[in-house]
Amino acid sequence: MNMKADVTRRTLLDVQDLHTVFEKDGNEVHAVNQVSFDVKEGEILAIVGESGSGKSITAMSLLRLIPSPPGRIVGGRVLFNDQDLLDLDDEQIRRLRGRDIAMIFQEPMTSLNPSLRIGRQLAEPLRVHGSVPKEKVRERCLELLRQVRLGDPEKRLDAYPHELSGGMRQRVMIAMGLACLPKLLIADEPTTALDVTVQAQILELLRDLVRANNSSMMLITHDLGVVARYADRINVMYAGRIVERGTAEEIFHHPKHPYTLGLMESMPRLDQAPGSRLTPIPGQPPDLSDPPPGCPFHPRCRFAEARCRSERPPLEQITDNHWKACWVDTDAKR
Amino acid sequence: MNASVEPAAVTATPARPAKRRKPLPKPLAFCARLCRERPLGAVGALICLLLLFTGIFADLIAPQGYNAINPIDRLKAPSAEYWFGTDQLGRDIFARVVHGARLSVIVAFAATTLSIVISALLGILSGYFGGRLDMFIQRLVDGWMCFPDLILLIVAVAVLGPGTWQIIVILGLLFGISGSRIVRGAVLSARQNVYVHAAQSMGASSTRILWHHILPNVMAPLIVLYTTRLAAVILAESGLSFLGLGIPPPSPSWGGMLSLDGRSYMFQAPWLAIIPGIALTVVVFGINMFGDALRDMLDPRMRGGSGRYLARVKRAIGV
Repeated sequence: MNMKADVTRRTLLDVQDLHTVFEKDGNEVHAVNQVSFDVKEGEILAIVGESGSGKSITAMSLLRLIPSPPGRIVGGRVLFNDQDLLDLDDEQIRRLRGRDIAMIFQEPMTSLNPSLRIGRQLAEPLRVHGSVPKEKVRERCLELLRQVRLGDPEKRLDAYPHELSGGMRQRVMIAMGLACLPKLLIADEPTTALDVTVQAQILELLRDLVRANNSSMMLITHDLGVVARYADRINVMYAGRIVERGTAEEIFHHPKHPYTLGLMESMPRLDQAPGSRLTPIPGQPPDLSDPPPGCPFHPRCRFAEARCRSERPPLEQITDNHWKACWVDTDAKR
Repeated sequence: MNASVEPAAVTATPARPAKRRKPLPKPLAFCARLCRERPLGAVGALICLLLLFTGIFADLIAPQGYNAINPIDRLKAPSAEYWFGTDQLGRDIFARVVHGARLSVIVAFAATTLSIVISALLGILSGYFGGRLDMFIQRLVDGWMCFPDLILLIVAVAVLGPGTWQIIVILGLLFGISGSRIVRGAVLSARQNVYVHAAQSMGASSTRILWHHILPNVMAPLIVLYTTRLAAVILAESGLSFLGLGIPPPSPSWGGMLSLDGRSYMFQAPWLAIIPGIALTVVVFGINMFGDALRDMLDPRMRGGSGRYLARVKRAIGV
């Protein structure tokens, strides 16, 4: 069961120095800046960060779904099964979307077309990729709805989205994502719009289905609690860069980067003394069109030193399964 | 309370939960809603139907044709024999108005359909693909809209010459290009929907997205555009015919009847001008009312209508 330390597994997705910029009022906004990470086969990788840290843009860059203009991928490589997705032409990448890499969006309330029945939308990836013969599409849709544990699938197929609750719609979205048995599923904050009890159900469902299909998943979230339970490895993103990386256990129990520390402290925990206060991270995320010199986190960092203001720390390995981009030895200072 | 139901009949019907009331089929339900919520719109719809009916069955309603000359009965006032009177050549105005309805129907539907196709094409191309194509198309549309409609029409007729199909093409182009703005706006907002992104992310092609996700979204504005354009086209055709640039005589265009015969004999035989004028007014009023009602009922933001809103406000403040 312990897959976390498994380093022998094959790499499914290898992102190297991905760099995405947006043109805004003549300025270049570096939404994703030299980001590198990999996803192993059968792994659940989490990307964590607050709003505007570039996690969604990273995901959309992988599938080349960045609206262009104003967005542009200016550098890096996205190797999927050793093939660079950035080299593919439009038709090739279109064929890959939904079939090899599928994506689930964060807003189940708006991700379904209100004017089409569930059955037709669920069948869309199957029809687009022709992965199931036409007469079997309905059968496969029913099977998918059963897989995502949506009750009464026959009836749901003929329902319109407004007749379903948020959780049910997200189940439909998951079914759509999994329809073609993709090797990689990108879930962009799949539970943000749902209430807490449904959140846990949906995440468990996602994990079980991904495991059952032997797929990998990239889970994008701002909720560290979610990550700890479901992810194998974690990448923490801040201001378009990865600032800390490691196995879920490592990051959760021994966070090293001040930003990750801040995230942990701003999260309510059960083992806290009753009445104690949460510690927020002061300040705002930096304006990415004019990032601060040095470490992008230094204006908000309580450990910041002179060096942090002038030199940007690289992402360096500190233990077997832990990387961080910080000059300061936070353990010593705490 | 029918106790003598045969057992065979009972078993033949599948065990289905009994519904309290069978819902009306969609078009009928829509008509019912129209009558209930927008009575004026229902009247408009009735006028539109009447116009269509008259246009289609013109030959049966007025079998003598619009051009049967009868010099003895010229400039007769409305009577039992000639319901709407006769003109200076003794032609029956009733027959001419009826056949004029056919002409109006043909021109209105052909030109409006053409204009909607042009609007949809330009609007969708421009709005969905955006970027340089959008820029290019929009600047062309800007250029086109700089000119007053009438000037464009006069120039176009001067080049193409008067005639039915020329009018259809010109009006279709004119209204089509200006209408593309509305479609473009609708496409722009539809394109922002997350489900369009979702469809992209699962590998749907642009054509597929346009057809399945964008077009249904712009259908309501297209329908509304269609009905409002119908009235505008009828008016424009009459205007052109009035100026002698439209459909040449002896075709019984209402606008032409107003101008050629109506104006010359306005004091001796006022029915020459009054009858086609009334026909025009009623038809345009009817189409406009129907179009307004459709717009209010198809636009989700207007659903329930201002009337209901007002009623709710009144109830809330206790008036």
